[in-house]
Amino acid sequence: MHDFLAIVFTAEFVGNALKYATPLLLASLGLVVNERSGVMNLSVEGMILSSAFFAFAGSYFTGSPLLGLLAALLASLLIALVHSYCCISLGLNQVIVAVALNTFCLGLTSTLFRIFLGTDTNVIRANGFSFVRWPKFLTEIPVLGEILLKQHIFTYVALIMIFVIWWIFYKTTWGLEIRAVGEYPRAADTMGVKVYKVRYLAMLFSSLMAGMAGTALSITGLNLFIDNMSAGYGFIAFATIVFGRFHPLGVTGGALMFGFAQSLQIRMQISDINIPYQIPIMLPYLLTIVMLGIIGSGSVPASWCIPYFPDEE
Amino acid sequence: MILFVKVNEMTIKSRNNYKNVIAKKMAAFMVPLLGALMGLLVGAILLIMQGVNPIVAYYALLQGSLIGWPSISETLLKASPLVLAGLAVCYSYRTGFFNIGAEGQLYMGAVGATIIGTNFAFLPSMIHIPLAIIVGALFGGILAVIPGLLRAYRGVNEIVTTILFNYVAAYFLSMLVQGPLKEPGSFYPRSLPIVESALLPKFPASPLHTGIFFVILLAGILYWLFNKTTYGFAMEVAGGNHNALHYAGVNLKKMIVQVMLVSGMIAGTAGVIEILGVHKRLIENFSVGLGYEAIAVALLANLNPLGALLSGTFFGALKTGASSMQIATGVPVSFISMIQALIILFVIAFTVFPRILIRINKRRMRKNA
Amino acid sequence: MSIVLKMEGITKIFPKVIANDHISITLHKGEVHALLGENGAGKSTLMNCLYGLYRPDEGKIFIKDREVVIQNSDDAIKNGIGMVHQHFMLIPELTVTENIILGLRQSRAPLLDIDEAGRKIKELSERYHFNINPHEKIKNLSVGMQQRVEILKVLYREAEILVLDEATAVLTPQEVRELFGVIRKLVQEGRSVLIITHKLEEVMGLSDVVTVLRDGKVVGNVITKKTDPKELARMMVGRDVLFDFHERHAEVGKPIMSVNDISVTDKKGVRKLRNLSFSLHKGEILGIAGVDGNGQVELSEVITGMLPFTGGNITIKGESFGALNPRIVYEQGVSHIPQDRQHTGLVLGMSLMKNLILTDYYHAPYSKNNIIDYDLVDDHAADMIKQYNIKAPTTETIASELSGGNQQKIILARELCREPDILIAVQPTRGLDIGATEFLRQKLIDQRDNGSAVLLISTELEEILQVADRIAVIHEGQFMGIVRKNEVDINELGLMMAGNMRSPSDSICEGE
Repeated sequence: MHDFLAIVFTAEFVGNALKYATPLLLASLGLVVNERSGVMNLSVEGMILSSAFFAFAGSYFTGSPLLGLLAALLASLLIALVHSYCCISLGLNQVIVAVALNTFCLGLTSTLFRIFLGTDTNVIRANGFSFVRWPKFLTEIPVLGEILLKQHIFTYVALIMIFVIWWIFYKTTWGLEIRAVGEYPRAADTMGVKVYKVRYLAMLFSSLMAGMAGTALSITGLNLFIDNMSAGYGFIAFATIVFGRFHPLGVTGGALMFGFAQSLQIRMQISDINIPYQIPIMLPYLLTIVMLGIIGSGSVPASWCIPYFPDEE
Repeated sequence: MILFVKVNEMTIKSRNNYKNVIAKKMAAFMVPLLGALMGLLVGAILLIMQGVNPIVAYYALLQGSLIGWPSISETLLKASPLVLAGLAVCYSYRTGFFNIGAEGQLYMGAVGATIIGTNFAFLPSMIHIPLAIIVGALFGGILAVIPGLLRAYRGVNEIVTTILFNYVAAYFLSMLVQGPLKEPGSFYPRSLPIVESALLPKFPASPLHTGIFFVILLAGILYWLFNKTTYGFAMEVAGGNHNALHYAGVNLKKMIVQVMLVSGMIAGTAGVIEILGVHKRLIENFSVGLGYEAIAVALLANLNPLGALLSGTFFGALKTGASSMQIATGVPVSFISMIQALIILFVIAFTVFPRILIRINKRRMRKNA
Repeated sequence: MSIVLKMEGITKIFPKVIANDHISITLHKGEVHALLGENGAGKSTLMNCLYGLYRPDEGKIFIKDREVVIQNSDDAIKNGIGMVHQHFMLIPELTVTENIILGLRQSRAPLLDIDEAGRKIKELSERYHFNINPHEKIKNLSVGMQQRVEILKVLYREAEILVLDEATAVLTPQEVRELFGVIRKLVQEGRSVLIITHKLEEVMGLSDVVTVLRDGKVVGNVITKKTDPKELARMMVGRDVLFDFHERHAEVGKPIMSVNDISVTDKKGVRKLRNLSFSLHKGEILGIAGVDGNGQVELSEVITGMLPFTGGNITIKGESFGALNPRIVYEQGVSHIPQDRQHTGLVLGMSLMKNLILTDYYHAPYSKNNIIDYDLVDDHAADMIKQYNIKAPTTETIASELSGGNQQKIILARELCREPDILIAVQPTRGLDIGATEFLRQKLIDQRDNGSAVLLISTELEEILQVADRIAVIHEGQFMGIVRKNEVDINELGLMMAGNMRSPSDSICEGE
């Protein structure tokens, strides 16, 4: 037990947890926006995977991680547009559309990966984002310097976005419209709110966040791409939404929990503690399930996953 | 899923009316068929964009999957777990619930089959194999029944929980093959081999195992259950309207739990036949993404169990033929996933096709006005 | 008086019907204009065209002599039109203020200024004596209060033209009176009001001018003072209305069902039924009157086994039950026509043939040993289609493809072909046209005359007065009294609906 505490309560460990939580945090904070508008976006898995690939490919071919980021955002936006058209405009089943899009993205990224980069078995690396460089005196602040100042730009974006999204939700008319549209779109419609517009914009915003999440996954750190790299990140993000009761702060807690677990898991694989490393990875999933059981169906937006047809005649 | 059958005669017609039956059957076939064709067509365009001749590619695909006994048997081998997982999805989705957890349930079924299949070598096959199937099914069922219970009694969305359990099951399996079930002394994370008496007999000159008979039998049983029995009727009611189910005097909560349990059991058997017939020991990640493919199978089958035999075989053929296509044209195997995705999209888009037409029509009228 | 709104030649065609056929109406400043018509006459469609929720296929709209095109609700609001919908357009999870400012451009947009808006709402609320806390969540307000929020929403936007769609449907008589007061005040302030209603007393009590719609056409336009309810009713229905028909012939028999001291509490802990007791006799129609939402649905669900109850018991045909489920109830010879046919009574995506056995599929003759005999079910369906004159092309037609009246006929056919001893009908004529309504009421009376017992739960007092033999009035889950039809007048029923208990000595709780 003592060993365990010694592992967890180091600044390096917490810093790593934050690093692992970053893609998840970005994706979930985006998701909370579209989910609150009433659209179920399981396609986020495909968005993260595609943007991870295109960030990598973009950076690999141009040498600029920024252009990679741009490619990632575009790819993610495109998927969001297809998802939105199918689920918002056509009212197709949101789960099935997402399953299709995720499958498509998996096929697309793997196929392009082979076409672009050939069958070279060597690991190919692209240029990536490096740590943000802070003045030396700051990084030398004991604990905080280690946790907060050895991070990539995306970690800071994620942290800032927690507050930005909270602010949008509860302090702006945009947030009011998003919440209204997710609860009772017909009522919002009669008040002059453009339901489709709000839902589309929420989806597009969310896809940009997912795009950053994918970028953070592939080109910050190892700077490579592997098949099915997202490996369920999108679904985990989705689970944190439900876990976090559709509230930006709750969602943040959920994402940090998963990041913490992953950091722990990696630590345990390299240390000689006698617990299978799968247990800490499994724990957040199980904990989420238990939490869902405790929370029950409360706090789900009333029109979640229900398409809206304005001209219901 | 409601198919759109056009009705314009105003006379009362019995369902046994010849023309009516034919029209309905046709419609039931048309949507999946058109969906599959459109998927392949758009796939052809994507192939051209890669500079590949689609005719060459598709011919290689066909040859690798359906021409000659080795190809056919390989296709059927790949199709078997797909059909079973597809049946699991049909079973729950007919009742209005999504089971996206077929992958996890399959892994649990595999664990159950391994525990039985690596022990009890003294049992005759006649007992050993059914026992493995039953235990595997129960393992799969347990994983699915928890989301069922949570949905029924706590209102928790079963989509989220079944997805979460996919990961739990995958890591659980990984923990077992690296721990308690690990083959002593082996470098690889794998279990002991399945003992002879639990292995599924094989067809001559092919890797195809007799599990396929189980698949066909199960599809038949489910078809009968859905279309002839009172339970199937209640399932259809539940799929259409939960209040009406209550009104009809059926307990919805019990039904959710039962349906999720059985759905998970069906998916569990997919894991059993993979272990007893193909891998012959437990390994990690032997079936990634199956839960999603299962949804494609069920949709293309229009939730009809007999249709699932066909659609599962179709997707199995795509998977099998993909490697021939790769050899012939250099198109990666993963390209098949894109075609699969396109087919799903087209099939569901066709179900709202009339609505799209109406909308386009209206827009045109408005512009002209 | 100047004209504030003119709709000219509005036509709206739906796939199955012409909902509005060249309708024209004119609204003057400071006027209450009633749009009168039966269900399905086209009133709501017309107003949805005005409010931009539907786009008319033909016709023009003028606001103060200026032609306008209203594409969506935003345009309507900009043109000074405010609408109070029949089903409240309020978001339960949001506060009063949030609901009211939703969709508005505030001065500091996109920043929300809840405090400023809250102050304004408080002022408005005080001016009309609404007594509303701007920061309360909608879900915590009573129905009457919610309607006030709806009106505030419109006033906050400074609408000149108010449209009220069936505004009294969910109100008690007192709340109706208060609403009328508010409307009069609004008109005095120079606003104009359009009320949509099918209730004659509302038209007579409130409006200056009446436009009567029937089958999507204008059939009359009269000054309220120069007409009377009889004339209006004739215009609305298209012929003389028999206010008193169906003399009863059957003898009232023995009690067949009795409900003793039953209570129901919902998930939130609100008591929906309080110690209800009554008995239902063979050969009678017991009408349950009351304002919507006073426990009617709960009552029907309790006695049909769909909702568990606490305390007391229910006796059906001499057998006493402490708990019920729908199957037990059906097997006792009870049939149930539920309130909401689309949400409860039918599976819209299922075939007509299967819907016709929804409550009977599990027993003979439709199934044996859990196997359904679909050939027999098919024949049965063909039979029912003929008997009940259901307009459907085949027995396999999907229920959602049928009209509302034909959907209701499926339920009626299914529930009556069982030859029930007890029929429980909840709002059976809601949304039906006149022909279908009369057909259905006649069926209820036939049931009674055949010696069955009928429990009719309806919020249409007129319907209850037409067919019931005894009337029970329900208010907040309690009976205010049970009376014989010929021993009570409407005023008294109105008082009871508002929650005034009839003195026990007057009530005939045990029938004969």
